[in-house]
Amino acid sequence: MSQDGHHPAAMSPVEQRVAALEALLTERGLVPEGFIEEVTRRYELEIGPMNGAKVVARAWADPQYKQRLLAEGTAAIAELGFGGPEGDHMVVVENTAAVHNVIVCTLCSCYPWPVLGLPPAWYKDPPYRARMVREPRTLLAEMGCHLPEDAEIRVWDSSAEVRYLVLPQRPPETEGMTEPELAGLVTRDSMIGVARL
Amino acid sequence: MLVDGIHDLGGMQGFGAVVHSPTEPAFHDRWEAAARALLAVVAGAVGASGGEFRHSIERMEPGHYLTSSYYEHWLTAAATLAVEHGLVTRSELEARAGGRFPLSGPVLTPTVADAGPDVGEPRFGVGDRVRVREWHPPGHTRCPRYVRGKAGTVVRVDGTHSVPDIEAHGTARRCEPTYSVRFDAAELWRDGQRGASVHVDLWDSYLERS
Repeated sequence: MSQDGHHPAAMSPVEQRVAALEALLTERGLVPEGFIEEVTRRYELEIGPMNGAKVVARAWADPQYKQRLLAEGTAAIAELGFGGPEGDHMVVVENTAAVHNVIVCTLCSCYPWPVLGLPPAWYKDPPYRARMVREPRTLLAEMGCHLPEDAEIRVWDSSAEVRYLVLPQRPPETEGMTEPELAGLVTRDSMIGVARL
Repeated sequence: MLVDGIHDLGGMQGFGAVVHSPTEPAFHDRWEAAARALLAVVAGAVGASGGEFRHSIERMEPGHYLTSSYYEHWLTAAATLAVEHGLVTRSELEARAGGRFPLSGPVLTPTVADAGPDVGEPRFGVGDRVRVREWHPPGHTRCPRYVRGKAGTVVRVDGTHSVPDIEAHGTARRCEPTYSVRFDAAELWRDGQRGASVHVDLWDSYLERS
């Protein structure tokens, strides 16, 4: 990050526009002191895919939790202390050998912040949003997720208030692993549904 | 007239490969976090609903939308709402920025004065066949273009939620049930892929019985 914010020549046009709006809103007393730093800290440290990984690991380790997670996603995720904006109405969809689930938001970039953090750039950019609903098998393969010919693909377009989390299949030969060890296996992409573990 | 905005990308062709990265930071630079925070500041100060916020991005000039990043969308939304609600003026923004400050285009639909009564009871149940209304509203909607006129099956009934098409255009509110509707790929696309389906979450008034 640049600390050199007072030399306009060093700033890109978009940085200059952000600085302009920030200065005008600050002069009007609308930006609480430290607010931008607080937003940065919250999204960099507190929320992210490490939260979703804990949910997945718990579901793998505890069949009763998994049942609750698939039936009442929001409440089951709250048991682990996760919730809040863009996580108030959670639905968890389970990947199996025969069924593969993947999430997208074609209209904007809806994403389950409390469990996955902020969406990656590619999730928000036009190619992913345009293509996942039309050619999911092709796009998944391009992204390295090769599915059996006969696997069913269910795409979930987050167009209303529900946010989705994919419960990936537990990898083989992980019996005996602890929950934190299991959580270490879970990737962001596997919980979006663009990768299998 | 801006109808069927550029943001409604589902099914569009020609965008090429997804530039995928397995991990990335929450913010690539301070200005991204600042844009995010400033949008929260403006939305709070002017009482913008989620629908009004989304629509302020959807009204971006299409070329600008497609060639700018997510947080430039947020910046444009924050500045547009700030100007429209009288917090700042465009000339102040441009003077401070030392150059052009593109804002989103105007709202093209009148303010909704009467939202009509809430709909409490779902009209449809799991397994019902429904068809999405074929219409092209000039304002905000959460009904993607690629499902309009298409038939699908209700797979889940969710709670009642404020209709975005109404809340984006004034202070009136109407709540309706939402449904997750499953569409077979073959119903949506001439080249629909075998074994694929797309689930779209839709408000009650977007649907009719099929």
